[in-house]
Amino acid sequence: MNDVLQFFSNIDPVEIALASWETVAMLLGSLVLSVGLGLPLGVWLSVTSPTGLAPNRLTYGLLSFVVNVLRSIPFVILFILLIPVTLALVGTSLGVRGAIPPLVLGAAPFFARLVETALREVDRSVVEATQALGASKRQIVLHTLVPEAMPGLVAAVTVTAIALVSYTAMAGVVGAGGLGDLAVRYGYQRFQTDVMVVTVALIIVLVQGLQMFGDALVARFHKR
Amino acid sequence: MSLIQFEAIAKRFTASGRSQDALSDVSFDVKRGEVFGIIGLSGSGKSTLVRLINRLETPTRGRVRIDGTDLSTVSPRDLIQLRRKLGMIFQQFGLLSSRTARQNVAFALELAKPKLEATDHKKVDDLLNRVGLADHAHKYPAQLSGGQKQRVAIARALANSPDILLCDEPTSALDGESTQGVLDLLSELNRDLGLTVVIVTHEMEVVRRICDRVAVLDHGRLAEVGTVAQVLFDPQSEAARSLSRHLLPVPPAEIGASEDRLRLTYFGDVVTGDALSAATQGAHVRFSILSGQVSALKSVPYGHLIVDIAGPDRGLVIERLKHSGVRVEAVA
Repeated sequence: MNDVLQFFSNIDPVEIALASWETVAMLLGSLVLSVGLGLPLGVWLSVTSPTGLAPNRLTYGLLSFVVNVLRSIPFVILFILLIPVTLALVGTSLGVRGAIPPLVLGAAPFFARLVETALREVDRSVVEATQALGASKRQIVLHTLVPEAMPGLVAAVTVTAIALVSYTAMAGVVGAGGLGDLAVRYGYQRFQTDVMVVTVALIIVLVQGLQMFGDALVARFHKR
Repeated sequence: MSLIQFEAIAKRFTASGRSQDALSDVSFDVKRGEVFGIIGLSGSGKSTLVRLINRLETPTRGRVRIDGTDLSTVSPRDLIQLRRKLGMIFQQFGLLSSRTARQNVAFALELAKPKLEATDHKKVDDLLNRVGLADHAHKYPAQLSGGQKQRVAIARALANSPDILLCDEPTSALDGESTQGVLDLLSELNRDLGLTVVIVTHEMEVVRRICDRVAVLDHGRLAEVGTVAQVLFDPQSEAARSLSRHLLPVPPAEIGASEDRLRLTYFGDVVTGDALSAATQGAHVRFSILSGQVSALKSVPYGHLIVDIAGPDRGLVIERLKHSGVRVEAVA
């Protein structure tokens, strides 16, 4: 028992709680914005794609290019590249506020691609049947494609949320705070293995929780 | 009176540089109130043809008219109105899996107006009742059988009170019993509501059961068009012959050929009358039945026999048969 307490001697519960809160805040803030931005973008991609409702090679090509570029830059580099943009948008490149713009620009294109795929999975006959009922393109998207793709969309949100957890840890390295920052500053630089263990454990719990919550939601939306 | 007119329709699909003619020079009319079959093997262009009627596809050349209106002149806004007057059902049903049976039917009405009134809800219930699914109204498509799903799709297609119901292989994904049920329902709707039904199928059996007239498509061309009796018993095209073949039994190969072989076809009252027995009364012939079927076209019974009639009075018997309304043809 004493050995255990000895091992965790560097743990400061207040600091851990604060860092956890920062991670959760970064996660929630950037997730909401990523979904808000990525969903319309994904719908737009899907609609203008060659097999979409209103194929448009130019629009699709352009959107696709931007999405690919943002997705191909490693997140840590994207974070640094975006510092001037971040400063202009939120006035700081540090802390939770400073982390959100790069997190969103990193995750939204990722989510948009997942949305595009989820919408493409919707049964062709359902779309055709809706068209035959005299639905406008807008109605097809809002009343058929999105509701029918809901289980896939919820799964996409889960995957994006988990990707964002790892992005927040990387953001921590470059000044955003949170559990990642704690792990690097104490666990790595000061050789405080106990801090490393606790932060990693918390991140695992967070990811597991997100996955379980996401799976439960998907099951709810699956009408079987 | 012609309700739907196809005028010299051609449709060419172009995908990744290669083009293919799905339909060439197809012309025929569908009359108001009839059940019209479009039959052909897969790749014959039949599904494309039916999609021209509600403009899910547009022809490369030629015109489609509904009630005299040339569809190529219809604006996008009017097209939405037009589609509401054309119900359509599909092989794969096309139901929204996220909505219950009842919500799927209501969906057709919601597209026209966002807020449904009491009369609309009553209409949805009536439709579910009509297709025999009142007890399953709150089930999701995944909880329904194929036949039940197609019934929901039919109720949905009828929600906007269409004049025409387009059916693309409506029974091809169903088992025998469900097929019968769905075909009976379509017949009933045609009879009770005066609904014009256009049904695309690859099965002559479907045509036999419910159609009045049929167009036979062969590799994108119209092979022939006529009443079901004409196409089934007096086919003019190889396509129609091959599609009808399995429906009309032929003598087993073991019996061998004969110069005396005849095909007898007869309809309606003749089926239960005494034409066959009376024809051979007191005649010196050997009359043997080698294969035969008694069935019905829509509601008209028919008999189809392959027989050998041999003997001195053969000519007399044939005369008598013809006289009592039996069609007699030599079989090669």
